[in-house]
Amino acid sequence: MANSAVGVIFSNIHDENIPELSRHRTMASIPFGGRYRLIDFPLSNMVNSGIDTVGIVTKYNYQSLIDHLGSGKDWDLARKDGGIILLPPYSDETDAPYTNRLEALKGITGFLNHRNEEYVVISDCDSIAHIDIAAVLRFHEENKADITMIYHEEKEPIDSSYFMTISPDETGRVRSIKINPVFEGKANLYINIMVMPREFLLNTIADAMMRGLTSFGRDILTKHVDTLKIFGYKFDGYYAGVNSLQKYFKHSMELLDKTNRDQLFGARDIYTKVRDSAPSKYSDTALVRNSLISDGCSIDGTVENCILFRGVKVGKGSVIKNSVIMQDTVIGENVELDCVLTDKNVVIRDRRHLSGCEALPYFIAKGRMI
Amino acid sequence: MTTRKKKCVAMLLAGGQGSRLYALTNNIAKPAVAFGAKYRIIDFPLSNCINSGIDTVGVLTQYEPLELNEYIGNGQPWDLDRAFGGVHILSPYQAKKKSSWYEGTANAIYQNLNFMQKYNPDYVLILSGDHIYKMDYSKMLRAHQQTGADCTIAAIEVPLKEASRFGILNTNADGSIYQFEEKPKEPKSNLASMGIYIFSAQKLFKYLKADEENPNSSKDFGKDVLPAMLNAGEKMFSYRFKGYWKDVGTISSLWESNMDLLGESPAFDVGDADWKIHSRNPLAPPEYIGKNAVVHNSMVALGCEIEGTVEHSVLASGVVVEEGAIVKDSVIMAETVIKKGARVIYSILDEKCVVEENAVVGQEKKENAGIAVLGRDVTISKGVSVAGGKILDKDYKGE
Repeated sequence: MANSAVGVIFSNIHDENIPELSRHRTMASIPFGGRYRLIDFPLSNMVNSGIDTVGIVTKYNYQSLIDHLGSGKDWDLARKDGGIILLPPYSDETDAPYTNRLEALKGITGFLNHRNEEYVVISDCDSIAHIDIAAVLRFHEENKADITMIYHEEKEPIDSSYFMTISPDETGRVRSIKINPVFEGKANLYINIMVMPREFLLNTIADAMMRGLTSFGRDILTKHVDTLKIFGYKFDGYYAGVNSLQKYFKHSMELLDKTNRDQLFGARDIYTKVRDSAPSKYSDTALVRNSLISDGCSIDGTVENCILFRGVKVGKGSVIKNSVIMQDTVIGENVELDCVLTDKNVVIRDRRHLSGCEALPYFIAKGRMI
Repeated sequence: MTTRKKKCVAMLLAGGQGSRLYALTNNIAKPAVAFGAKYRIIDFPLSNCINSGIDTVGVLTQYEPLELNEYIGNGQPWDLDRAFGGVHILSPYQAKKKSSWYEGTANAIYQNLNFMQKYNPDYVLILSGDHIYKMDYSKMLRAHQQTGADCTIAAIEVPLKEASRFGILNTNADGSIYQFEEKPKEPKSNLASMGIYIFSAQKLFKYLKADEENPNSSKDFGKDVLPAMLNAGEKMFSYRFKGYWKDVGTISSLWESNMDLLGESPAFDVGDADWKIHSRNPLAPPEYIGKNAVVHNSMVALGCEIEGTVEHSVLASGVVVEEGAIVKDSVIMAETVIKKGARVIYSILDEKCVVEENAVVGQEKKENAGIAVLGRDVTISKGVSVAGGKILDKDYKGE
């Protein structure tokens, strides 16, 4: 049952939600949680559920993603049959590269046709959660569903450019699907992970192409909510939807809470690229409080309420608070940072004082020197 | 039939029991002992090999090989998973004529002549799995080629008073060796053999075969093969190594070597980007340092949860130090838990130990006490004290 599903991950969908971090990379390769990339979460969910073939749909900017994934061995997905299969856009004289999800799916029908798994698990990269996909597949089979959509109860307004909310009845059957609704209070947010039979998906794509449909959500899900057996699978654990820089920052900080951390990292492993960094070093002058520190860091200053990615250096006399500092950032001496978000390889020279606020962290782009 | 060959094949002697590490090697071979928060001793020679461009390594195991074999696996963490070459575990085997355990270092290599010959190497590098060091073997190989030696022995200067613990090389001005003394009572020089040899392959094969036929030989490189070559007038050179090199075969040297990783300019730097030490990496999230935690002058690996105080210590992945607990001058291996109010001072704790609330392990270093050692899976009950220098491999509930 477990390997009766093949995975498909969209690496580029929703890039526009978080332009600061996706400028030089796919959504999939945005760093998160100290030592991971967003794709590590859906990929690990799949691997941990016994899925051993995952097609990764790319469109542009995917060099960093290729670098991250390598042969797939770090996810145990370097396989003779299956494993990680990168699916760059397909185009020829008549077809331009895809512009929407349906066209993207059409572009991978060759891949899907050649598999023999019964189901397809389709996931985007902006949902960070530890989800037991095997349980979702069981739920799907029990309901003999056409499509199972995973949702999470959201209490806060969503500032994404495109999202769906669903209304399942008490049996789980979805009775209505809304795109970008205005809501107050609670909403069942579809978290961009769904399951369906592979044959069903192939037929749906073929049919949609014949009719010139362009949107999976608008033209298929919402239109056929009465005729298709669409079910909603409620996910109750820790969920972080990364759909803006503010949300990215907020969810990063949430990892300082043990409950969230245990739900995301506990029980099962999250796989990522191995970098062979040395363990982190804390000097005599280091003062670290309530922070997550990755390997390869070297800390001589004060770090409070921070997420430090791999290989970060914090110089003597520096005080870093409420900040997310990405890989290989070097912070000099007597620097003060508060609510700062640095991308990779940033250099902050001695005695700089920078601060943002929680609602708008001070963002420093990749490779900048300040 | 392949015509490919390897210029140099490395043979890593990893069969040692490491009996002077007591409880730490009850169930594992010495090269599998954890070191430096995320490494095992064998990561150092293996990383040195791949960083030196040697991609064919035979690892000779004998004592408690299970965990070591599992750790090495297909060699992928060291980039030693190769179609031709790569890392191979060589355990003693049964042959048509006879079968035997490895008796001595030379016999162990002799029993694997077939393995070496398969690669038709020009040179064979002999290594041991009990030292912490970073060394570019390709430089040593170049020296071996330049001097036209039949055998080159890596050597390091040691304090003269300790020289009698080592194999000592007495050399001429050009580095050629005129005498080899195994653990001499009155050493003439302080140039110690590091147990790292490069042989021109055909010479090695010849002397191994001769040694095997010699009924009086103890089948040891230092005692038999090297002296035999020297007596026969073969060209033997020393190769001076000036860097950090430490035998971690005793509790105190293992502790010291771990501590050498700490400090502003550490005696030994594992974070050197130009000479990465590869290892099988723990799958763990970043370490969490809590709201009231104090972490000073320490190395902490992924997955640790620190709420207490950690000073001058090395903590491997997944170690938990609860609130009010103190870890000082200690080496803590993976997934050990130090509970509330407990103290661990001047100690080495193996994997998966539990020090219950308010228990005390070890004594301050200055009180002239030895290093306390807990073997794997040992639990120390609430409020109980374990004196400095004590070595425990079973749960302890007090006297």
